[in-house]
Amino acid sequence: MPAKSHRVLPGFGLALGYTLVYLSLLILLPLGGMILKTAELGFGQIMDIALGERSLAAFRVTFGASLLAAMINAFFGLIVAWILVRYSFPGKRFIDALVDLPFALPTAVAGITLATLYAGNGWLGRWIEPLGFKVAYTPWGIVVALTFVTLPFVVRTLQPVIEDIETEVEEAAASLGASRWQTFARVVFPALFPALLTGFALAFARAIGEFGSVIFIAGNIPLVSEILPLLIISKLEQYDVLGATALATVMLAISFVLLLSINLLQWWTANRHRNREPLEAAAGKAAAGLQ
Amino acid sequence: MKKISKSLSALLLGLVAGAALADVTLLNASYDVARDVYKDFNPLFQKHWKAKTGETVEIKQSHGGSTKQVRAVADGLEADVVTMNQANDIEFLADKGLVTKDWTKKFPNNASPYTSAMVFIVRKGNPKGIKDWNDLVAPGTQIIIPHPKNTGNGRNTYLSAWAWALKQPGGNDQMAQEFLGKLLKNAPLFAAGGRDATTTFMQRRMGDVLITFESEAEMIAKEFGKGEFEVVYPSLTMQTEFPVAVVEKVVDKKGTRTQAQAYLEYLWSKEGQENAAQNYLRPRDAELLKKYSASFPAVKTFTVDEVFGGASKAFATHFKDGGTFDQIYAQK
Repeated sequence: MPAKSHRVLPGFGLALGYTLVYLSLLILLPLGGMILKTAELGFGQIMDIALGERSLAAFRVTFGASLLAAMINAFFGLIVAWILVRYSFPGKRFIDALVDLPFALPTAVAGITLATLYAGNGWLGRWIEPLGFKVAYTPWGIVVALTFVTLPFVVRTLQPVIEDIETEVEEAAASLGASRWQTFARVVFPALFPALLTGFALAFARAIGEFGSVIFIAGNIPLVSEILPLLIISKLEQYDVLGATALATVMLAISFVLLLSINLLQWWTANRHRNREPLEAAAGKAAAGLQ
Repeated sequence: MKKISKSLSALLLGLVAGAALADVTLLNASYDVARDVYKDFNPLFQKHWKAKTGETVEIKQSHGGSTKQVRAVADGLEADVVTMNQANDIEFLADKGLVTKDWTKKFPNNASPYTSAMVFIVRKGNPKGIKDWNDLVAPGTQIIIPHPKNTGNGRNTYLSAWAWALKQPGGNDQMAQEFLGKLLKNAPLFAAGGRDATTTFMQRRMGDVLITFESEAEMIAKEFGKGEFEVVYPSLTMQTEFPVAVVEKVVDKKGTRTQAQAYLEYLWSKEGQENAAQNYLRPRDAELLKKYSASFPAVKTFTVDEVFGGASKAFATHFKDGGTFDQIYAQK
């Protein structure tokens, strides 16, 4: 890169300054305050709080349910996004608008509604409970609530990327002799994968912190269905602000490491994909691999 | 049409003028479901104070979870008075120096103008024949309560059951803890809050018994109809208090001590007590309690001070991390 590159639009310095101030005020300052507050406790005390039996169980429930919800959404979200971009059918705009609803709905309302639906006498619960599958007031309820709340992330991240992949690419792959599965697995999917990872990471991160909707359907039984945000609230009920921030900091640290690794993975796959071959070449190669 | 708009604008003008003319403004920081009580009480006091002193008082209300509210006051919410549903929340303010240490002595009846009691709500006809606490530990009986560690309602239930177990022949703390262990095993879930527990029990038809405030029973009757459930009074239950206090630091700063003190004192007046009774809270006034005896049957109660040596001590023993509630779940 040359020392000074020429841009049509000026203002790099101003924009960067603005970015730094904005991010500092919104993210770094509150998080810094939280970490500073946590630092009042020794490392040993923080670990005692984080490694207690209840906390460990809550960590397992929270991260397990969030992971599952993000995976479910990665799979079904991909299908929804694909349908919405690639096909036109009556009611498409309506369905497209529906996807955003989980964002707009207050999470507590979502939680109460889901609990009512999946309870033993609810519209769904009355059919699935006789089959021996309980959702409301079990850890499965948590997964359902988190899946609902995080659905838009995957769909909205994938839509523009799918729009960018022209159907000609698929046609090229097909005309070069690739089977349907090969066209998907070796041409389309590699192009989607980085965006899918981003959507997955966003959904996962959102799920970890989710409180309002989960609390009404989880059942909140210690060691079984207590989520981490509930333990944090529980500490606040005891006026134990320090303990609450300590738990939050540990939770944040784990989330940060997980998100960072997902981002690295995404960056790596995107790079590999870009450097290796343009789409059309990939299509040709996929076909060539066949022969 | 013109007439309506005219009278509307007159009303609006009156409201604006009223607010502008208010000589004093008081802020009452209160717990969540106190809305109705104070919505009705504030106009009574305003009328009383105007007649007595000629001064116009405006009263603003702030509602939220009791513990959240006191933390807001400690963090600088300028409330002149706090009206809560847990003594330990006001203790917290006393520890922070915002409320005087002997706040329970500043008003009659432990500074709690009205009370309620924890009762059982069972399904119509009481099919499981639930009469008392020991019926709740029977195998196959399901109880619906809010989280005992995180909600005031749940804590009151826990302590009521504990106190009942202590009073049984040969009762001691160990026995009580074992009893609570059996009781909690019968809870298929811990609801997020009092109202959530009510919805779970009444609307989702889960469980055989809901344990909640006596005052909540009237709310259920209004919402779901009287014939849908029955109220059962156990042989012993907690008299729950709703303590009030003047926030010293704020009234000194704002110069509102006289009005704030008078506002809380008025809760004990005939009008204030009758308002409580009409909102299904047991008045302290013996005459009124008699007058409304249809809503408030006689029940044997205990106070947290009598059995547990105060709300703060009860909280520390049972609900802090590592307390008896946590111990019950650690034994598994």
